[in-house]
Amino acid sequence: MAETALTNTGQAPARLEGWRGIAGDWASDQRAFKNVSWGKAMMWIFLLSDTFIFSCFLLSYMTARMSTTVPWPNPSEVFALEIAGHHIPLILIAIMTFILISSSGTMAMAVNFGYRRDRIKTAALMLVTAAFGATFVGMQAFEWTKLIMEGVRPWGNPWGAAQFGSSFFMITGFHGTHVTIGVIFLIAIARKVWRGDFDLERRGFFTSRKGYYEIVEIMGLYWHFVDLVWVFIFAFFYLW
Amino acid sequence: MTNAAVHIEGQQSLHAHVHDALAPGAAHSKGQQHPIKLYLVVWGWLFVLSTCSYLVDYFGIHGHLRWSLILLFMVLKAGLIVAVFMHMAWERLALAYAILLPPVLVLVFVAIMVFESDYTHLIRVISFASPT
Repeated sequence: MAETALTNTGQAPARLEGWRGIAGDWASDQRAFKNVSWGKAMMWIFLLSDTFIFSCFLLSYMTARMSTTVPWPNPSEVFALEIAGHHIPLILIAIMTFILISSSGTMAMAVNFGYRRDRIKTAALMLVTAAFGATFVGMQAFEWTKLIMEGVRPWGNPWGAAQFGSSFFMITGFHGTHVTIGVIFLIAIARKVWRGDFDLERRGFFTSRKGYYEIVEIMGLYWHFVDLVWVFIFAFFYLW
Repeated sequence: MTNAAVHIEGQQSLHAHVHDALAPGAAHSKGQQHPIKLYLVVWGWLFVLSTCSYLVDYFGIHGHLRWSLILLFMVLKAGLIVAVFMHMAWERLALAYAILLPPVLVLVFVAIMVFESDYTHLIRVISFASPT
């Protein structure tokens, strides 16, 4: 490129950092998000919009709980289990939390091995992540069944404020849907990694575009977000 | 800024873009590369923090201490996940602020709904709640 030779000193100009960097990135007449691909930027923006959806659910739960004159059922007791004759409060939810955190750990490692182009380890770790996710959804199905058997409905329950059921089914149901979609997404990408699509630069059947290992990181962003949402649900719905 | 300066700025950006795609050391030409140990340490911390927040419930801590502990562990866990697992700590500030600032504004919505639900509760107590 002849034109760039005018400014070419052999090194790329250092990008500004700090506030001047933010102003510079946003004011440049190209893309605002330097050195982030469009796929990753769009996943972040999607996650931002999803944050607002979950914020609205948690906010409506807060409003229902604060404005009701009927006592709120004690989640510590509602989600307690009898294990080997011991009554342990909230144990199922605690196990689910640890499972989801473990899946986040394996996902982070999968991203790492993906960038090292170790496709077998990447695919294996993604499948482990998917297995953790499926276990989580299974335990959630068990929890829902247990509560429905005990008489919890979106319009009422035996222990207190009627809004408990609707908040519970709405929030955990939407989160469980996200986990389920994540498991499907994980299996689809793991298959591509296993087959070596990103080493062979094979074109996708729908978009005809070449895939890159970056899709593993983008997938990881979604999966970590699901874990992130659970952190907030665990704190506000189960522990509060 | 003069037109010439704008032009040079444009050229520099283009050049930087090309450089990103080619230079092996650039953050995204080979993706986010960090040692495995970092992920394991963060994973361990997430386990510790989750255990702590579960113990808050297990030992039945109540009142302001309970809420502040729950919020503290929640924020620490969320911060670790976003910063390390989602690599936000290594992204440029333009992206970090674009993604992280808007959710903070949800706190304004929270404040509005706190006033609203206090008001609803008051009206319910005055007008609808059973006298017992």
